[in-house]
Amino acid sequence: MSRTSSSSNINLAETGASIQARGVHVRYEGQSRDAVAGVDLTIEGGRFVVLLGPSGCGKSTLLRTFNRLVEPQSGTISVDGVNVRDVDPVELRRSIGYVIQAVGLFPHMTIAQNIAVVPELLRWERERIAQRVDELLRLVRLDPERYRARRPRELSGGEQQRVGVARALAAHPAILLMDEPFGAVDAIVRLALQDETVAIHRALGTTIVFVTHDVDEALRVADHIVVMNEGRVVQDDTPLRMLTHPATPFVAELLDARDVVRRLGLLRVRDAMRPARADPAGPPIDANASLREALNMMLEDVDRLEVLDGGVSVGTIAFDDVRRALASAG
Amino acid sequence: MKYLLEHPALVGTLLLQHLSLTFVSLGIALAIAIPLGIFATRKERAGTAILGVLGAIYTVPSLALLALLVPFLGLGYPTAVTALAAYAQMILVRNIVAGLRSVDPAQRDAARGLGMTATQTFFHVELPLALPVMLGGVRLALVSLIAIASIAAWINAGGLGTLLFAGIQQDNSEKIIAGSIAAGGLAICADVVLRAIERASRR
Repeated sequence: MSRTSSSSNINLAETGASIQARGVHVRYEGQSRDAVAGVDLTIEGGRFVVLLGPSGCGKSTLLRTFNRLVEPQSGTISVDGVNVRDVDPVELRRSIGYVIQAVGLFPHMTIAQNIAVVPELLRWERERIAQRVDELLRLVRLDPERYRARRPRELSGGEQQRVGVARALAAHPAILLMDEPFGAVDAIVRLALQDETVAIHRALGTTIVFVTHDVDEALRVADHIVVMNEGRVVQDDTPLRMLTHPATPFVAELLDARDVVRRLGLLRVRDAMRPARADPAGPPIDANASLREALNMMLEDVDRLEVLDGGVSVGTIAFDDVRRALASAG
Repeated sequence: MKYLLEHPALVGTLLLQHLSLTFVSLGIALAIAIPLGIFATRKERAGTAILGVLGAIYTVPSLALLALLVPFLGLGYPTAVTALAAYAQMILVRNIVAGLRSVDPAQRDAARGLGMTATQTFFHVELPLALPVMLGGVRLALVSLIAIASIAAWINAGGLGTLLFAGIQQDNSEKIIAGSIAAGGLAICADVVLRAIERASRR
């Protein structure tokens, strides 16, 4: 079920690189406390990892050490086993995608020119750049014909951030760093952008490291969540394990771990259903739907749902099954 | 007006002298102001000091500045150009600093994060974004210099001021009006042209 399984997919365009942090300390000039206070962390290639924590916990700073926008006082960062200190920072940054909350599109350039920044720096041929720009615009669901020649100020906040993502992916990076990328767009657009980012991750297999303080966002997109507090990693786990086995009271409180409905959102109907049997079943539900959706349907006064997988009936699910799944996950 | 039409050769010569005074001093001023402005943006504290000194020079009346320079540089063209260039510094540096500071830090962060070198960030991002404000400074400086260059005639540096001073001495209002119209017209033309360039850079 893990999304990393798609990294073996044949339409894979990029392969995600791994990141290792060992004993990383960062202290900003004039501060008495470390912003990052000794972080050891391994991010496997192709994962979608969310760094989650309250503001000031060091998550953004840690992210910025990965492309050397911040240099740690001590400790090492390696990408695919290579110490980033041994790589020219400019070269390193051109090989790692970077998306920030403020988007940072260049207002004096067209959308196409913005997306083409890194390929231009890498001196790709004109033809190849034009092709890549159109490809990326389609990837982020913007019509190349309509958007290519526009300026950033003519776009909505959500559209601008799509372009920001396209720009970051331009030169086929093996890693994409996203620093609170959807913090400035409204809730509905944010949900769409989150889903599209997950879809892009599935399609490309790029390692994504995503910083947010929004728990729901983290649960929605992450393969792995790294909870940070006061410059340290508190827990590094799958979203479900984090909800069911929070390592500390801090994590439990942050995730509001006893929130049953939130937990149900992470469990699939497929994993809780009973295999097909002859009894007449109720309304249909997809095997990949969440138990939260199943529960919603049951609350509308049906006892049992028929589970469909690719349109074929594969089993049934009832309220007891939901309860059992919840208990065994806990 | 009649004087202008009756003495085209003389007015033409004075106009050329006036243009030479303004543009040579503007050129020298820009050559100093651009690196100074960039430096003042990079080093916050030095920037404050630089703007303070330039502000002080700017408060000296232009006539007094010329008078102060004469004992060192003598009368004539070089002295006038020096005074004019010094005078333009404040306007130019202040606008270069303001322009560069107006660049959104997010854009600088994005440029760095995408892998631009410091030089590339400057030429591809900071300079184009700061350009309209910088050009505003060039326009202000040029218009001021055209006006102040009239006073240069007082130290025998030529220009349209020659007509003004002669007119005052000879109590000849024709000459005064001719000099004023020529200098004023020149300033208005310069303003219109530079506004158009500024607008084009904002696109």
